[in-house]
Amino acid sequence: MSDVILLAHGSGGKLSHDLVKKTFLPSLANTMLNKLDDSAIFEASGRLAFTTDSYVVNPIFFPGGDIGRLAVCGTVNDLSMSGAKPLYLSLSLIVEEGFSLSELDHIVKSVKAAAAEAGVNIITGDTKVVNHGQADKLFINTSGIGIISPGVDISGANAKVGDKVILSGTIGDHGIAIMSQREGLKFSVPIESDCAPLNKLVSQILKASPRIHCFRDPTRGGLATTLNEFAAQSNVGIVVEEDKIPVKESVKAACELLGFDPVYVANEGKLVAIVEPNDADKVLAKMKQNSYGRNAALIGEVSDAHPGKVVMKTKLGPSRIVDMLSGELLPRIC
Amino acid sequence: MKFLDEYQNSELATKLAHRIANHSTKPIRLMEFCGGHTHAIMRHGIRQLVPATVEMRAGPGCPVCVTATTDLDKAIALAWLPNVTITTFGDMMRVPGSYSSLQRTKAEGADVRVVYSTIDAMEIARENPKKSVIFIGIGFETTAPTIAASIIKAQQGGIENFHVLSCLKLTPPVMKALLDSGEVKLDGIICPGHVSVIIGSRPYEFIPADYGVACVISGFEPIDILLCVGKLVEQIEAGQPKVEIAYRRGVKPQGNRKALELMGEVFQIDGANWRGIGIVPQSGLKINQKYEHFDAAKVFSGLLRCARNDKPVREPKGCRCGDILRGVATPFECHLFGKVCTPEKPVGPCMVSSEGACAAYYQYGSPESSGKI
Repeated sequence: MSDVILLAHGSGGKLSHDLVKKTFLPSLANTMLNKLDDSAIFEASGRLAFTTDSYVVNPIFFPGGDIGRLAVCGTVNDLSMSGAKPLYLSLSLIVEEGFSLSELDHIVKSVKAAAAEAGVNIITGDTKVVNHGQADKLFINTSGIGIISPGVDISGANAKVGDKVILSGTIGDHGIAIMSQREGLKFSVPIESDCAPLNKLVSQILKASPRIHCFRDPTRGGLATTLNEFAAQSNVGIVVEEDKIPVKESVKAACELLGFDPVYVANEGKLVAIVEPNDADKVLAKMKQNSYGRNAALIGEVSDAHPGKVVMKTKLGPSRIVDMLSGELLPRIC
Repeated sequence: MKFLDEYQNSELATKLAHRIANHSTKPIRLMEFCGGHTHAIMRHGIRQLVPATVEMRAGPGCPVCVTATTDLDKAIALAWLPNVTITTFGDMMRVPGSYSSLQRTKAEGADVRVVYSTIDAMEIARENPKKSVIFIGIGFETTAPTIAASIIKAQQGGIENFHVLSCLKLTPPVMKALLDSGEVKLDGIICPGHVSVIIGSRPYEFIPADYGVACVISGFEPIDILLCVGKLVEQIEAGQPKVEIAYRRGVKPQGNRKALELMGEVFQIDGANWRGIGIVPQSGLKINQKYEHFDAAKVFSGLLRCARNDKPVREPKGCRCGDILRGVATPFECHLFGKVCTPEKPVGPCMVSSEGACAAYYQYGSPESSGKI
């Protein structure tokens, strides 16, 4: 067998079957996937959540994870942020001809590990191969289905004046890990992506306080964009305090060097919760018990001043607007 | 954190702010030359910490913003020449030229790539010997030495397909031009920290001597800036303007000899076209004769003339970037600001660049000022 992906691996013929049997099934096997039918068939009742996301990260391997782990965590987290318990995922790959089979194998094993950690099954999948140059190594799409417990009502439009804003940990780790890998920047303390499935953290929070108003994972666009989304959807103001927002020293230094503001840098294993004031301490304590929430912090509150806007009290005392990220993050030039 | 948190200490900031308020008796106007300062001032809310007597105006120190539309049009025309790869700092991509932007040119099929350093651009040239790789060389004295170093490195490595379109500009001559124009009355200048690391403090000495305007070189952390403002207020109140360094950890009076030598080796001083200001004599750097085979303006001059087809340069209607760069207007005084012109749909370069004044005022405006948006 060749050690690279060929167009024939995506043809649906013999090589495709080989790929499924030798690469995908050994890692991802479960009763529904093993049937290899056109669709996965399952029973479900209650309120379901359904989401999809595509992953085109470059580089595909980065400190703290790879595109496979990211593809599982991203979709698990999207379901979790709706208050859903993730059940099943699809996994669809678009592979550039010539891609290394051993790297593919590595990525499928990451998918397996992340799915196992999150307790979800991959129940359907697909692989397409495109000509060299028509995709950049590997793109992954995952879709996911989850179930929402009765009584849980989470939406970006639910923030109420007086609510507290809680962040589950340090910001900017993923974005800086990717940037430093991409640009060959080396720091004395290596910065790792925070890529992680947050469904268990979410279910622990919901056990402590089923009345959570908003959850969101501040991925692309960072914390600033998530807070602005809440402010706009709920038509409320949000005030956060700069020195309450946890940022790793190494990330802070890298941001200074690259000219970034950490509030705009991507995360893949953090969430922002907007909770009733009386529940804030309980939620914070619960978060700190989970390894993905141990640096959680109360960073601000929802206010009736300046609806639709996010304001940050800077370390020096004055306040300023925190706008959404616009355009791409690019390092400064002088 | 070492060298960061110390310079963002709120107690120290409050003390410095009180000291400024105690010293300041009359209204004064300061200009922060550098866009990096404008961003730091807005991001940390420093305008709210200094007394109302101290007005702070943004200046022309944003390399992307001061790049003349005609130079941008030239870069776009170069991108369409056969076998040409344009390499540029990311901020340039979205700046609207007369008819297009580099971003749009890339989307339409030209080979335009964002790089993070000139050396990266040179590496692209090394890896693609059949292409002419042109780096759009914007910036001030800060970026000039690295561009010079990459040209020397290309010379040593025999990388003949590497070229630079030099739009490099010099700081003290444009300060002189602004002061000569008399359009905006200034009492003091917050001099750029990074530029001064290279050129030192001596090139500013004509400013207090000839114009009676105070000059203090500042770093980019909030404590640096407050210290600088304090020194400026003291100088102005005492009526004794001079050049001071409030950024001792970075700047020496004589500058950085090695960097200045590199610049001297590759460039010669020439007039430069500044957006909003026009041609300022002795304010630009062009590649000298010894290295002219790296000079994109020279190498491609014939082809460029054909490609551009003599289309006239057009400036965006209603955009006040020029006034803002000269310190004549603040972003809030532009009718397009925040309405027609936003970071998502920028009309002028000051809203595009991460160092542009409009981008800083838009992104970090105080909750009160945002009422104007």
